[in-house]
Amino acid sequence: MFPETGQMALALALAVSLAQGIIPLLGSHRRQTRLMMFADRAAIAQALLLIYAFGVLTYVFITSDFSVKLAASHSHSAKPLVYKISGVWANHEGSILLWVLILALFGAAIPIFGKSLPLSLRSRAIAVQGLIGAGFLAFLIFTSNPFERLFPSPVEGQGLNPILQDPGLAIHPPLLYIGYVGFSVAFSFAVAALLEGRVDAVWARWLRPWVLVAWSFLTLGITIGSVWAYYELGWGGWWMWDPVENVSFLPWLCGTALLHSILTLQQRHSFAHWTVLLAIATFSLSMVGTFVVRSGVLVSVHAFAVDPSRGVVILALLLFFTGAALALYAFRSGTFMRRTKLNLVSRESGLVINNLMLVASTATVFLGTFYPLFVEATTGEKITVGAPYFDIVFTPMMIVLIGIMAFAPLIKWREDSLSRYKALFLKAAAAVSLITVLTYLFGRSVLGAIAIGFAAWLIIGTVVVLYKRSGGSWAKLRRQPAGTWGFALSHLGVAVFTIGVTFMSVGAQEEIGRLKAGDTLDVAGYTFTMGALEQGTRDNFVYMGADVAVTRGGRDIAQLRTEQRLYPVRGMITSEAGFRPSFGATLFAAIGDGATGQDMSNGVIMRAYYQPGVVWIWIGALMMAFAGFISMADRRLRVPSSAASHQRSTSIAPDAVPAE
Amino acid sequence: MKAVICTLLVGLCLSFHSVGFAQSATDYPPEIEERAREVGQQLRCVVCQNQSIEESDAELAADMRRLVRERLSDGASEADIIAQMRDRYGDYVLLKPPVQTNTMILWLGPLALVLVLIGWWVASSRRRNDLSPTSELTENEIERLKKLRDESR
Repeated sequence: MFPETGQMALALALAVSLAQGIIPLLGSHRRQTRLMMFADRAAIAQALLLIYAFGVLTYVFITSDFSVKLAASHSHSAKPLVYKISGVWANHEGSILLWVLILALFGAAIPIFGKSLPLSLRSRAIAVQGLIGAGFLAFLIFTSNPFERLFPSPVEGQGLNPILQDPGLAIHPPLLYIGYVGFSVAFSFAVAALLEGRVDAVWARWLRPWVLVAWSFLTLGITIGSVWAYYELGWGGWWMWDPVENVSFLPWLCGTALLHSILTLQQRHSFAHWTVLLAIATFSLSMVGTFVVRSGVLVSVHAFAVDPSRGVVILALLLFFTGAALALYAFRSGTFMRRTKLNLVSRESGLVINNLMLVASTATVFLGTFYPLFVEATTGEKITVGAPYFDIVFTPMMIVLIGIMAFAPLIKWREDSLSRYKALFLKAAAAVSLITVLTYLFGRSVLGAIAIGFAAWLIIGTVVVLYKRSGGSWAKLRRQPAGTWGFALSHLGVAVFTIGVTFMSVGAQEEIGRLKAGDTLDVAGYTFTMGALEQGTRDNFVYMGADVAVTRGGRDIAQLRTEQRLYPVRGMITSEAGFRPSFGATLFAAIGDGATGQDMSNGVIMRAYYQPGVVWIWIGALMMAFAGFISMADRRLRVPSSAASHQRSTSIAPDAVPAE
Repeated sequence: MKAVICTLLVGLCLSFHSVGFAQSATDYPPEIEERAREVGQQLRCVVCQNQSIEESDAELAADMRRLVRERLSDGASEADIIAQMRDRYGDYVLLKPPVQTNTMILWLGPLALVLVLIGWWVASSRRRNDLSPTSELTENEIERLKKLRDESR
């Protein structure tokens, strides 16, 4: 009976979300405060119901109640507790439940943290959040009920897909979902603002913390996913332009554009249209991500819960919400027409280029990801768009972006003149050239040296901005608002990321061979010696593994443990790479696929990698994520209660210190 | 328990594809190996999910890797090998899509988009600047405004 209470909670949540989506809209249309106030309570009630439903499902998994079909097909009593819990969202039904739960939690966060918002805007935003929730809840209940029973109930479950039994994959989906779904708040605010017919600087200030939360979590989620793929897939790649990776990157790129366009709206009252469209696009791309991972329309190494028929429903929801928002935009955007003069030399211009490049790169990644599908549908020809395409087309855009982002934050809002920066510019250019030449002499790679030069350019630019804002005084530097630190850390994060990528693409080396115990592979001066191969059982899998000793010039460097694991319950094999992460060069060894259970007298395939700088890629990404959290602490984002009167935003002086 | 595992392993290894590496990659001279990697990273393992033949552990990828190395040792150029693979497996095998009619949008789209966006930006910032003088007050209006101000004092 207990699991059924979860199902009832879902049904109730659907009813509540429908009411949440309709009543406040009526209320704000008729200016009836009581109806509008209903939104707050509905949002919190919906969240509580879904917390309960999610709790029930988690309990079912922990207690291995295999009378529930989902647990029977995705769990196993012999699984470690942490994977019983992560098993809840490591399948289609459970992950959609987590998705709507996070959606409802964000919905409930609006009334909790947004008390200062004007009632009408708040209730409309909550209503839109409710409508999205209703759509996905209906999808969950009618096509993918997580509480479906199985009779007779099996004695044992079929186990979790072993590739998902990993700490990285236990936390990756929730982080990613908080990011994806967090952008729903931006969407809801955009639609609410369209209904209100008012998009201004105050609105931008309300929106910004929500976008920061979503963006930071998405950055974290993508980073963890990259680390996971690195050691689990066993061929030493941190990013391979795989469709599933790309679709998580799309909302990130678009969300980054949104963050910067909000900044301009907040400071200069321009970009209103653009910001609204980006808010709609970012969440739409999040839904694209949700759809692609489940639909199987794109072949990927990461897709885990593929079911085309149900994927179509998500596509329909995606088209409905995006279409409705864009239609609303078409009808209503005329009401916030507002033109401000834009000078070519101004901070705004830098942000325009930022937005153009980010939007163009979003479009490029989208095009490259879906193009094979498009060609096959129209002509029937099969083509592949792989990493080389993205490297050629995407990289130049990023280079322009990095070139601009080094000095755009230095330039004043409104109007400035480049001649003021001539001396500074020449000094920086000299320093960058020096670094580039030195890097070339050291590394013997032209492209590598240029890339490092760009990273140096960005670091110098960012430090100069910090110096200028503090006027060289330590005390003043410490008093800089959190937003400034967020800006500096995230931009430095991009530089660190660039350095990591450069070292990795220029310096990485690998060897592959069939090795017996005692055989060696030499990579970049390191000797990888295969240890004795051993087999055995542990937890819920059978393993075959070896210790690989790495030496350099006779000196011991590391012991790498690499395994192939066979999960008998599923009959699946995973590889566990052994690696020694290091701020210098990461050493990495993996024994090849299909090695388990084979005759090992001929040895096994081993890949050995020497990968300089790979750790810095993730450190750079973590710096960006962390910077987002720091920016949220900015006092200027806490809207004072006086602003709740929702005056036309003349309250912000254009010359005020910009919030980054 | 051990017997069960052994049976399982024997049973399962029959169903697993064995890796068809007859030779380790190190059997070829380093310069061939380096060129082979360059070529291999542009070829898709056609039975895999979006991996190059250098990254994949599938049997076919191993065969393709070996073919690339053999052909290079025989003196074939990179372009020859890629063309040969393309003849055999079609455009699908190329990770970098060829520039041809059905990939025009793919290759030119991003550049066109950047140009359109920049053009739009320049045009709209010009327009704004053109507009601004007309929003200034005429002398008549300034007079009237002054009068109104004085009256309200």
